[in-house]
Amino acid sequence: MDGDHINSYMTGPDESGRFGSFGGRFVSETLMPLILELERQYEAAKHDPAFAAEMDDLWKHYVGRPSPLYFAERLTAHLGGAKIYMKRDELNHTGAHKINNVLGQILLARRMGKTRIIAETGAGQHGVATATVCARFGLQCVVYMGAHDVERQAPNVFRMKLLGAEVVPVTSGRGTLKDAMNDAMRDWVTNVRDTFYCIGTVAGPHPYPAMVRDFQSIIGQEVRWQLAEQEGAGRLPDTLVAAIGGGSNAMGLFHPFLDDPSVAIIGVEAGGKGVDSRVEHCASLSGGRPGVLHGNRTYLLQDGDGQILEGFSISAGLDYPGVGPEHAWLHDTGRARYVYATDAEALAAFQLCCRLEGIIPALEPSHALAHVTKIAPDLPADHIIVMNMCGRGDKDIFTVARHLGVELTG
Amino acid sequence: MATRIEARFAALKAEGRKAFVSYIMAGDPDFATSREIVLGLPAAGVDVIELGVPFTDPMADGPTIQAAGQRALAAGQTLERTLDLVRALRAVDDATPVVLMGYYNPIHSRGVDRFLAEAKAAGVDGLLIVDLPPEEDSELCLPALAAGLDFIRLATPTTDDARLPKVLSNSSGFVYYVSITGITGAAAAQAGDVAPEVARIKAASDLPAVVGFGIRTPEAARDIAAVADGCVVGSAIVSEIAAGRSVAEVLAYVKALAEGAHSA
Ligand SMILES: Cc1ncc(COP(=O)(O)O)c(C=O)c1O
Repeated sequence: MDGDHINSYMTGPDESGRFGSFGGRFVSETLMPLILELERQYEAAKHDPAFAAEMDDLWKHYVGRPSPLYFAERLTAHLGGAKIYMKRDELNHTGAHKINNVLGQILLARRMGKTRIIAETGAGQHGVATATVCARFGLQCVVYMGAHDVERQAPNVFRMKLLGAEVVPVTSGRGTLKDAMNDAMRDWVTNVRDTFYCIGTVAGPHPYPAMVRDFQSIIGQEVRWQLAEQEGAGRLPDTLVAAIGGGSNAMGLFHPFLDDPSVAIIGVEAGGKGVDSRVEHCASLSGGRPGVLHGNRTYLLQDGDGQILEGFSISAGLDYPGVGPEHAWLHDTGRARYVYATDAEALAAFQLCCRLEGIIPALEPSHALAHVTKIAPDLPADHIIVMNMCGRGDKDIFTVARHLGVELTG
Repeated sequence: MATRIEARFAALKAEGRKAFVSYIMAGDPDFATSREIVLGLPAAGVDVIELGVPFTDPMADGPTIQAAGQRALAAGQTLERTLDLVRALRAVDDATPVVLMGYYNPIHSRGVDRFLAEAKAAGVDGLLIVDLPPEEDSELCLPALAAGLDFIRLATPTTDDARLPKVLSNSSGFVYYVSITGITGAAAAQAGDVAPEVARIKAASDLPAVVGFGIRTPEAARDIAAVADGCVVGSAIVSEIAAGRSVAEVLAYVKALAEGAHSA
């Protein structure tokens, strides 16, 4: 899969789980037989109409899909350029895109006869989605969450507990998302027989990046027919914009359009306090270099000796020093472009969205929105931007209040 | 020419003895102390030295070895200084094999070819890289073999008969059987459970098989070594270092474990 010989961007990964040189299966021997079995089972499920039917039913009646594609009229007028649509995945049950993927993985776990589900979470959205679906199916659920994130996302911790999950605060490392992922992997190595690891983004060893992308691709597939419905048959978006943590909401929006060359694709990383040598950001593609972590080769924030750096972002959901391997490949091939928005820019976009559209966005998609506010004014009125409103901001109001100098009392 | 690992296992076999393999983290708690411990290991009865290469995200390790890696990194340990430890040992000992154990990214970051040349020149004999299964052999295993370094593989309880040949292919030096599904420092397996697993490996390979994970006492070292070609102790030694014991105390503990293994 060299950059010069690509006829399709949609066929990856290859049998070794590679997107170009990225991806792969960098796991310990104990886990290797498990991920091979997972791959076999996923391939079988993918071609089983009964599996698809079960997903469709739950997506419709439990999650509330399809999510609307909404023309943001006042934001469009305010920015005075391109026509802006929002894909409203924040209206999903549990308030983010995360549940699209969780449903798929839990149905797979049930097919495989697994009774215990583990997950890592940063902002808590993936943890809440996993706890939710586990409750729905009566499965034991253990969620690993960095101790630092347990503190800054307290409402989601309580939600998970209400849903019957056990939340394990992770104190190893510096207690953020990557450490939670380490501890989830350690649990998995220890409980290989009955446990299914439900990864929350397009990272991890093959087949996770491809599997999570496939489950999230419902986002882009819906955008295709919804936009045609609203703008006329055959009308494609001109630009797609999505926030990148690990990159699952973005892959879900992007993937169905990769082979449409007229569609510009932009991923927005978390620029934190600015992308420079202080590394107080989480922009792995803009500010990192290739390395191997959590089962795959991808762009990572790391020092000169290959030690992983922590990064920084106002948004717990973007606070990850890596990025899904398919994004690394799309970056290197040039099919997608990756930029970043800083904390301050995301906060400004957050407030703009609240007041102009009556939508309180999560801090993660606020990064995508911040980039939209930068590019829309210079684009013509017939240029259609679709941004992924992948989560609602209820979980973030405490963080935002603190940054705005407002004191909230419970 | 026999490698140091081959020569050591051949000599042990000729003497009818089991191998004692020790693991410590390079640079833990600091470079100078770690250097003293490494230099003392051969005299304490260690047959093969495993040196942990610190990494920020040791996904297969329990709290004891995680903390050791963090202590080493906080004290300024780098891949270069880990090779310095090997060079220091080689200045006084040309016989005891040294295996670097760790994760791929620090090597990836340095560049595989450059790292292999430097490691070989420093006197490293083998590599045991936890996150490189046989499926990824083209990354480091094959280049390492070509550079004259052994590539030691972990076999685990989840490595079934169908998969075992794949795990043993391209491996050399010895095979390290991880006696439990779990992370380092977890509970030990019983010798009775380990014996048939070792027999399974030996039926499929001519390489010596050593067993590790969870061994904490000279008696356990003896019991496990008795049913294999040797045993590995890591977290228990690292715990002594973490507890602030003197170099002499750490080495005395290692000596007791080695005597346990050698009494098998
Ligand atoms: C609303 C929302 N968006 C985005 C993310 C980042 O993940 P990803 O990049 O995989 O979509 C998260 C993670 O918690 C999230 O909660």
